[in-house]
Amino acid sequence: MTRTTDNQADVPAPTAPHKDMKWIGRSVKRVEDPKLLRGLGRYIDDVVLPGMLHAVVLRSPHAHARIVSVDAERARRAPGVVAVLTGPEAAEQFGPLPDSGPAPDKHVWRVLAADKVHYVGEGVAVVVAENRYQAEDARALIDVTYDVLDPIVDPIAAAEDTGNLVHEALGTNVAYERTFTFGEVARDFADADLVVRDRLRWGRQTAHPLDTTAAIGDYDAGTGEMVVHTNSISMTWLAFGAAVALGIPSNKLDLRPYISGGSFGSKQFCWRSTVTAAMMSKITGRPVKYVEDRLDYQLNGDQHGSDRYYDVELALMRDGTFRSLKIDCVDDYGAYIQFGVGSHGNALAQVTGPYRITSTEYRVRAVLTNKTQQGAYRGFGADAGNWALERIVDKAAAELDLDPADIRRRNLIPPDAFPYHIPSGNMYDSGNYEPVLDHALQRFDYDGWRRKQEAMRAEGRKIGIGVVTANERSVYGATEFWFWFDDKDVPVKTTSTPEGVSMTVDTVGAVTVTLYSTPFWGNSSDTVAAMIAAEEFDVDPADVSVVHHGTKGGLPAAGPGGSRLTVMLAGAITGASKKIKDKLRRIAAHDMEVDEADLEWVDGGYQVRGATDSRRGIADLAMLAYLVKTALPDGEESGLAADFVYDHPHLTMPKPDRSDLGSFYPCVGHACHLVAVEVDEETGSVDILDYVAVHDSGTLVNPRSYDGQIVGGTAQGIGTALAEEMTYDAGGNPLVGTFWDYLIPTALDVPEVNFGHEETPSPITAHGIKGGGEAGRLMAPGALSAAIDDALRDHGVRVTELPATPERIVGWLQGQGG
Amino acid sequence: MTATHEPATGVDEIDTDPAALHPITITVNGTTHRLAVEGRRLLVDVLRQDLRLTGTHTGCDQGVCGVCTVRLDGATVRSCITLAVQADGADVRTIEGVAPDTRTLHPVQQAFWEKQGLQCGFCTPGMVLRVQEILEQNPCPTRAQVREGISSNLCRCTGYQFIVDAAVEAAERMAEGS
Repeated sequence: MTRTTDNQADVPAPTAPHKDMKWIGRSVKRVEDPKLLRGLGRYIDDVVLPGMLHAVVLRSPHAHARIVSVDAERARRAPGVVAVLTGPEAAEQFGPLPDSGPAPDKHVWRVLAADKVHYVGEGVAVVVAENRYQAEDARALIDVTYDVLDPIVDPIAAAEDTGNLVHEALGTNVAYERTFTFGEVARDFADADLVVRDRLRWGRQTAHPLDTTAAIGDYDAGTGEMVVHTNSISMTWLAFGAAVALGIPSNKLDLRPYISGGSFGSKQFCWRSTVTAAMMSKITGRPVKYVEDRLDYQLNGDQHGSDRYYDVELALMRDGTFRSLKIDCVDDYGAYIQFGVGSHGNALAQVTGPYRITSTEYRVRAVLTNKTQQGAYRGFGADAGNWALERIVDKAAAELDLDPADIRRRNLIPPDAFPYHIPSGNMYDSGNYEPVLDHALQRFDYDGWRRKQEAMRAEGRKIGIGVVTANERSVYGATEFWFWFDDKDVPVKTTSTPEGVSMTVDTVGAVTVTLYSTPFWGNSSDTVAAMIAAEEFDVDPADVSVVHHGTKGGLPAAGPGGSRLTVMLAGAITGASKKIKDKLRRIAAHDMEVDEADLEWVDGGYQVRGATDSRRGIADLAMLAYLVKTALPDGEESGLAADFVYDHPHLTMPKPDRSDLGSFYPCVGHACHLVAVEVDEETGSVDILDYVAVHDSGTLVNPRSYDGQIVGGTAQGIGTALAEEMTYDAGGNPLVGTFWDYLIPTALDVPEVNFGHEETPSPITAHGIKGGGEAGRLMAPGALSAAIDDALRDHGVRVTELPATPERIVGWLQGQGG
Repeated sequence: MTATHEPATGVDEIDTDPAALHPITITVNGTTHRLAVEGRRLLVDVLRQDLRLTGTHTGCDQGVCGVCTVRLDGATVRSCITLAVQADGADVRTIEGVAPDTRTLHPVQQAFWEKQGLQCGFCTPGMVLRVQEILEQNPCPTRAQVREGISSNLCRCTGYQFIVDAAVEAAERMAEGS
């Protein structure tokens, strides 16, 4: 088929991983850790401002109801209460929250419900008091009268229902629907020997970082300046969204970043806590802290994950060669759709996985129901997408009686095909997939395990082996925000996802890096920045100072998301370092009275090529730059400082008819996970006996940190596969509210992961780095599902619904579907 | 709770008014504090808000996740479901009291750093205190014993593997040091 190839010329051939680096590729102890180990992390709830008040939110007990009245008079008179703001009052004083969904004016999203509640947990009023105990006491005194409506819970029924609507103004519960056809799908299905079909269900989950989202608003009525100390949204490029909601000028708002105890996507764009704290500070004139408790996070934190119903069809030849793929997905978004269907863009970025599949049809229906809305959770839709693809591949292998590793191997994109454009148009920058598979099979001792499995099964044990080969896209592009719509309906075709840094080298040669986006969430932003800067200036990463700047006056920066931060910081810091090193070179040449071209940077200074006695070290040159203006070349400014804004490394525009979405998620890693499990037929429990993970995310920066991300992501993927689920009853009542019933894996639920690496550098990023932060969670659900199938193959059980809880497995064994 | 204490007042005199203040004495990291607290006030709030020891965190407020772990008379407890009045007369150790001085980390902390037994750091204070307790009870645990021991505490970042590495490393360091 024909693909856009006009960008391939920009993409150089991959190079071998850098082996001459001082720091990149070394497992450096993280610079963030000493303060965290001492309990001196300064998370947002550790911060106390003079005169600070505490906010709590009254949450709706109903899934769907009209607000008849809110009487807060008793609460306002309660001890310690300074202010109560009801939903109807808030709607008069503050704007809607920023909503990137289609037709946001028809499903208006507010920090507090104004006229109708749309899910259990939606905020109805905020109480602010001298302390949290008093605020919670007063909250219980607010009287709300509701007119309870029929709940809208089942998305399949809701999609057809035009009588009972989550948002009447929308006229439907389907917020978005489109079918994309990439390539000759009909022809490829007609030419195929067989078509394998599957119906799959990916259950609703949530990231549940142990530190919830929180903010402290601090409004200065004298100047009109609003400072928000926050552990969530603080990226400069879209901070104006909060200013609009708060009704203050964008240049009077400063979102100041604080470290956070985890995000996993859920803090990427998280407006609610910031706006809650800030609006109450504006009302009271005092600093106001709003910290979600666990129920606030779970029910009113806007951060549930994908909730999908799939029909999947794979067309293939009898020898196991894949031809074409059709996906029809209903996604239950809950009551709002804050990011549009962006999570399907993540799925489309690698819709055909690591396989040669020449055409694809993708239909998505985004349905609104009376549930908490979706946000982002590690993988952001590519998690479910990978699982669905790997499930149909396993079904095809079973139908053709092929080994699951073999059917994958014969369909892997070959190394000489990169850069490779998949049917949706996205480009995979580089890859060498078969060595990853071979590495994993060898590390796992696949043949040995198959023999062991037969012996153990002969003893009556239900042993299964699962294998997945799947991709991790990284570094998202902004076309993903709008390519859903026709060009005429897109007001601004955004293409920027910037990441800015400022760097200084001070008078004695010490290096500082200033970052402008969301700070440390556990993802080692400071260590990455320090290592890249240390590589450039030949200093120790522990000696690099890293600063997190607020949004006000900041360079454009988009922050973490889509496994982009390491790639983007590397690009930005490399760029800023070059500016400073170029200036150092000019100063050195001037001082030494030699031609700049004769100088080389060696071990932290410039010298005349090959002449070590002619050295000017960075500290010598910095001294001149700051203190000896007369030693500088004419016109050279004093000091050593540089800004650099790195932007997306490879973005191309979608075609007007959307038959090709362009390249938007181009830094694509690969992995193979292999797992052996034992299933207990009586209890339905799944015991993991062995787990191998081999990943290729391009050049490794800090292997130990990277492995930590892989193991941690794999643990989350195991939770996804076996235990974690946000369930609702038929009335829209959440059946899960605590860590007693939302089961995050413990140390006894996850295995020792045996991990290995391959390194195929990206040809389009600094140092060849690709993102890898989501990779573990993108693989584990498919591997576990396949292993359970294999263990229970004598019973004809297939995992078609996640999580595969003990209860579900027992049900499948008793013949209740699966 | 393993600690037992004399009540601050006689049983007959207990005031049922939630706002009534009760005098308590607690020793935290070696410093004794005399406080008057509401009967419902949580130990974690006394530590974090009254004493400004914010290394102890809260994660679930229900005693499940263990990020609020402190040691009360030597035993790890969940400070988010422990009333401050229950700690009257007790010796409390928090993460701020683990390192010997501002320049040196405790071997458990050092091993967590070396092995990257943390990512976001939010569960870390509770984990460090729990691992300390495990190693005091069993100075040379197997990996399986460490896993069982730390299964009391949730970590959402690490998948626990490097925490187990850190505990085993700490055990070795402490054996060498003793």
